[in-house]
Amino acid sequence: MSEISNIAVAKFLEHTDAEAASFFEACVHCGECAEACQFHLTSGDPRHTPIYKLKPMERAYKRDKAPFSSVMKILGLAPSPVTEEELREWEPLVYDTCNMCARCTLVCPMGIDIAGTIRKMREGYAAAGIVPEGLQRAAEFVRKTSSPMGVTVKALKAQIKHQEDATGIKIEVDKKGADYMAIFSSMEIMGYPEVLGAYAKLFKRAGLTWTISSVAYEATNTGVQIGSGPLAKEIVTRVVDAAEALGVKHVISPECGHAYGAIRWAGPNMMGRQFKFEVVHIIELLDQLRRDGKIPAGKKDSRRMTLHDPCQIIRRGGLLKEPRRLLDESCSDFVEMKGAGMTNFCCGGGGGVSANPRAEEVKTAAFSLKVDQLNGVKDLEAVVVPCGNCRAVFEDGLDAYDMDLEVIGLSELIAETLADMGETQA
Amino acid sequence: MSFVELVEGPLFTLAASIFVLGVLWRLIGIIRIGRTKDISPPKASAALGFFKGNLRHFFPRGIFAKRTALHIIAGYGFHFGLLILVLFAAPHIAFINDRLVSVALPEMPRWGFIVAAEVAFAGLIMLWVRRISDPVMRLISDWDDHIGTWLTFLVMLTGCLALQESHAFLRGFHMLFVDIWLIYFPFSRLMHAFTFFLSRGNTGATYGRKGMNL
Repeated sequence: MSEISNIAVAKFLEHTDAEAASFFEACVHCGECAEACQFHLTSGDPRHTPIYKLKPMERAYKRDKAPFSSVMKILGLAPSPVTEEELREWEPLVYDTCNMCARCTLVCPMGIDIAGTIRKMREGYAAAGIVPEGLQRAAEFVRKTSSPMGVTVKALKAQIKHQEDATGIKIEVDKKGADYMAIFSSMEIMGYPEVLGAYAKLFKRAGLTWTISSVAYEATNTGVQIGSGPLAKEIVTRVVDAAEALGVKHVISPECGHAYGAIRWAGPNMMGRQFKFEVVHIIELLDQLRRDGKIPAGKKDSRRMTLHDPCQIIRRGGLLKEPRRLLDESCSDFVEMKGAGMTNFCCGGGGGVSANPRAEEVKTAAFSLKVDQLNGVKDLEAVVVPCGNCRAVFEDGLDAYDMDLEVIGLSELIAETLADMGETQA
Repeated sequence: MSFVELVEGPLFTLAASIFVLGVLWRLIGIIRIGRTKDISPPKASAALGFFKGNLRHFFPRGIFAKRTALHIIAGYGFHFGLLILVLFAAPHIAFINDRLVSVALPEMPRWGFIVAAEVAFAGLIMLWVRRISDPVMRLISDWDDHIGTWLTFLVMLTGCLALQESHAFLRGFHMLFVDIWLIYFPFSRLMHAFTFFLSRGNTGATYGRKGMNL
């Protein structure tokens, strides 16, 4: 075993808790997970079977940590050690062809959370330095600028200014004592800055005080994507420190899939404590404000629309009903695509796949399943994609498949269909 | 001591002891690895999620049913068939009452035994044929999968041969394979009969806290 494989195996073992162990112990090698995996469905390659992607970690567990592993070693029946060559051979399976969508868990008769275990396995890969170049580069950008795309505070302020001009509403930066602090993904700030204007419009109407931190505006957690616990913690800590310094009551997680899981579900566990504020997803907040009558729906958008379910927000995040309630009230012709909701396909670029140029081909192939879903909705005019990363993948994918379809964010749609003062919905 | 007395007596006691202690050792070993307490504010109950996760995975989700139909039919056929044979075949009830615990289980008629055995055999054979023919299953299967399948097959086959009770040796042969199966069980993937509830439960608890039932 080389030093690199020793490092990876040590991390595999460290992250094989009773939960991961129960998964390795329960798998009956039925291969059903392949039937749910977007990459296997589009490639037909048996190596894309989700449980197979975990093989090196399972081997390390069975050799060094499982009950009876010592006896098996004495009897010469333990699996052989994991080698550096194997780790490198598995790297594309772990990073390029797993979007951590957890669709495989739905079909698994043992209920194995393969996506969650891939996340743990990536800890070993990140510690050993066996990671795709694209993700490595994103991590370096994060260390330098806090943003995986290198978005500086100067660039953020320029985007804020544009949105203030467009909406006529002042957007506060570093406002102490605001109720809410919003964070955004780099993709939103640079690619879809209208979302800043949408927040401004919606929150002004709701009467909320909110702000953006000049030191912690980035929600994207490259640490989670790459599998580096220390980096993930550093990114979460930056947001927590800023929010607690400003004394806000809530931090709003944006329309970004993994960012929500990183701060809402993993964040307190990384920090080892609960936060002094509540983390709320923008969809959750808008749904609550709508239910409270603070952002009433006005004239509905009449275009035929469907909804893409970002895996980390819906299936792995728990927000299944909220976006649908909002859409029902904001769109007069909302149609679900086949397989919508809990079992929906990923855009193909989740789990860091879209940040990994090496995976471009498999990502585009995986998007073909989304194309089939979209084509299944007759006369479709627009798709609502409440995740900045998914949205960028959609735009690339639609372009690759020559499809003419508008891709819109949910917050922007809600802001656009907000009732005028005194207006009631028809 | 005759062969039958050996395999039904001391060897069975040894095999059953290894089975019970081995299963407990392995289950406790898994649980003892431990898990860091999740301190993120929950949306719903993790404990409830543990149970819901266990129940949910008994039933295939509709969208996957077509693609996984063979596995579902063969899997349920084999497991139900085997369970019925183990619990309700007349010789098994007599053995359970004589050697293990006094319990009033209803005896299955002979035709019921035949039907249950045929369904169990068909299921097991279908699963194994798929294991050696499907590219995905071929890639992920190992020797343990095959040994577990063949041992179970031999236990069932010798059980059918012993059904007539025409020869004591056949009964002894069946019991010998039962003993081997019991000894092999805790060290193999056959343990999924017990570990499934931990696996489903852990996922159920993780996502149950988020208000989802994966």
